Amino acid sequence: MAGPDARSGADLVLDRVTKEFAGVPAVDDLSLTVPAGSFFALLGPSGCGKTTTLRMVAGLERPSDGRILIGGDDVTHTRAHQRPVNTVFQSYALFPHLTVLENVAFGLRRRREPDPLGRARQALELVELPHLAERRPNQLSGGQQQRVALARAVVNNPAVLLLDEPLGALDLKLRRQMQVELKRIQTEVGLTFVHVTHDQEEAMTMADTVAVMNAGRIEQLGSPAELYEMPRTAFVANFLGQSNLLRGTVVENGGALVGVDVGGARVRVPAERAVRTSGDVLVGVRPEKLHLLRDGEAVPDDCNVVGPGRVTDVSFTGVSTQYQVEVPALGTLGVFVQNLLGGAAVGLGEQVRLACAVRHTFALDGDDDVASGVVALDESA
Amino acid sequence: MSIVSALGHGQGGGGTSPAVAAPRRRARGGAYLLLAPGIAYLGLFFVIPVVALLVTSLYVPVPGGEVGQFAPAFEWRNYTAALATYWPQLVRSFAYAFVATVAALAIGYPMAYVIAVRARGRPFLQGLLLVLVIAPFFTSFILRTIAWKQILADESFVVSAIRAVGLLPPDGRLTATGFAVVAGLTYNFLPFMTLPIYANLERLDPRMLEAGADLYADGPTTFRRVTLPLSLPGVVSGTLLTFIPASGDFVNSVLLGNTSTTMIGQVVDSRFFKVSDYPTAAALSVVLMVAILVLVIAYVRRAGTEELL
Ligand SMILES: Nc1ncnc2c1ncn2[C@@H]1O[C@H](COP(=O)(O)OP(=O)(O)OP(=O)(O)O)[C@@H](O)[C@H]1O
Ligand SMILES: [Mg+2]
Repeated sequence: MAGPDARSGADLVLDRVTKEFAGVPAVDDLSLTVPAGSFFALLGPSGCGKTTTLRMVAGLERPSDGRILIGGDDVTHTRAHQRPVNTVFQSYALFPHLTVLENVAFGLRRRREPDPLGRARQALELVELPHLAERRPNQLSGGQQQRVALARAVVNNPAVLLLDEPLGALDLKLRRQMQVELKRIQTEVGLTFVHVTHDQEEAMTMADTVAVMNAGRIEQLGSPAELYEMPRTAFVANFLGQSNLLRGTVVENGGALVGVDVGGARVRVPAERAVRTSGDVLVGVRPEKLHLLRDGEAVPDDCNVVGPGRVTDVSFTGVSTQYQVEVPALGTLGVFVQNLLGGAAVGLGEQVRLACAVRHTFALDGDDDVASGVVALDESA
Repeated sequence: MSIVSALGHGQGGGGTSPAVAAPRRRARGGAYLLLAPGIAYLGLFFVIPVVALLVTSLYVPVPGGEVGQFAPAFEWRNYTAALATYWPQLVRSFAYAFVATVAALAIGYPMAYVIAVRARGRPFLQGLLLVLVIAPFFTSFILRTIAWKQILADESFVVSAIRAVGLLPPDGRLTATGFAVVAGLTYNFLPFMTLPIYANLERLDPRMLEAGADLYADGPTTFRRVTLPLSLPGVVSGTLLTFIPASGDFVNSVLLGNTSTTMIGQVVDSRFFKVSDYPTAAALSVVLMVAILVLVIAYVRRAGTEELL
């Protein structure tokens, strides 16, 4: 195996890993590759199997099936203490009987590394807590404990660092600050980070690669921009940001554009942005990609147009204005318009048409549930 | 919360206004009222007897009086005389209690560990094992100790088995030896050792063990570096609950020992009830009490577990 003293990150590969609890799969036939030195985020709703996945990588849970490789070595059957992996636990799990410094030095001491206390001090400097070295964990604030937990893991230079919602307990301001800090540390020490979160903004701002998980499976994996601009399932389209999804049927295909009939209107979708090019599809478009067209306004080139519909809601949010437009036979669509000229341009009850550039349109499998992955309002904070 | 903060303010001094002072006094009164039954009980059954003991320990025999007739005095020489005569029994008591405590720890800790940590998540097994630990209390202490007399008797199969494997010479015996007394003490106080440790280990956060494993500690190392230090408060309570009563015990040395295994409790018992030498018995009791107090304070300081308790 890679040896627990890998000086920089190593590849992490999960190969068809399944974990069942009493016959119920928590992680279901999951495969993924995390390249060495990258920041990988595992994003998904509560209970989708994120923690279970991390625990299997750490060796705290044994997969029911499949293999786990770190730096090319199969570690599936090795014990937790033999793996070149460290975890920042959701609950921090600092040792209450040891000082902060001894907590951080714990892993170094177990591996008989030279100068454990000196290196522990350095790690505390990295997280900007050197002045608290002699305290006990219960004398620290939540944010400080979180940073000690991070130092305790990072100091060992693990091949893979696992972070299980380490920022979950922090308030928004401290969370943003810690996100920047984490990213800085990751770039500085060049470790492979696997970061679990259910905060999509956190995943998108920090990670090189994001995997969206749902019900024990990976729905889609890619760079944040890729996932956002070209979601492949309704779950991803709704969970990552918001989407307008319209039911339609493909009526024309074969070329670079696929023609779809949605509620009587004809829209075009680039073939490479369509999950399927025949039969029933869901045509999707992000709310900020839609334009409102008033009576007589010219249709820009290469745009799909639907409507007219009636504006049923206008809410001003500062940077943008959010409209709800009810289009007969299609339903209600959300539209975000940047407030470039200040204030709302279209009033409540007005009739408008909606336009969207063809290259921003995407198409999903028509069998997907339109509402899957929609984040309830109170959860999205 | 309000009582606590009110008391906290009270320590600050008398600069508070009467408006604040009134509810504070009421809160205090209420708190002390709750203590009343405990204070009454302790006063009646602890403070008064201890004072009586101290007073008695200084009595002198009535000149020309009968056996057991004493007069109040301040005869401090009772103490030096008692110590001069009975120091071997006193030392032996602490030595036996110490060995029994160590033995009970060696047996009780693994039992507590298995019940609390290994059987975790299996409540039926845990319950069963706990009942087994407590079951001895269902029969009388004396009866169980007499049973040990049978078990360790010269003709018992236990002794012949030990002789057979050569751990004991053919004419060696266990009954009426120091070994038997220590074995009896260990057995009788084992639950007092096991239960506090169990109660502590039961609360052990399994995530601590996972953190240990995650930080490259194998099973034994995690035990030594995480589990054991975290369970120290349980160990301290268990050893105190074993050592203190064991050093004053007299049943085991009477039933399982011989004349050269006499413990201090036995001396107190015989001074008091057999020869009616009340001052010596009282003086020895006081010495025992003070010695235990000193040992316990030194031990708790040494263990450094105040903040974990
Ligand atoms: N030890 C266990 N025994 C039985 N079921 C479990 C166990 N651990 C997890 N599960 C189940 O497996 C599923 C995935 O759990 P997991 O903890 O991985 O979710 P998660 O994605 O981390 O969620 P959250 O965001 O709430 O932390 C859940 O349905 C959970 O109930
Ligand atoms: Mg979790």
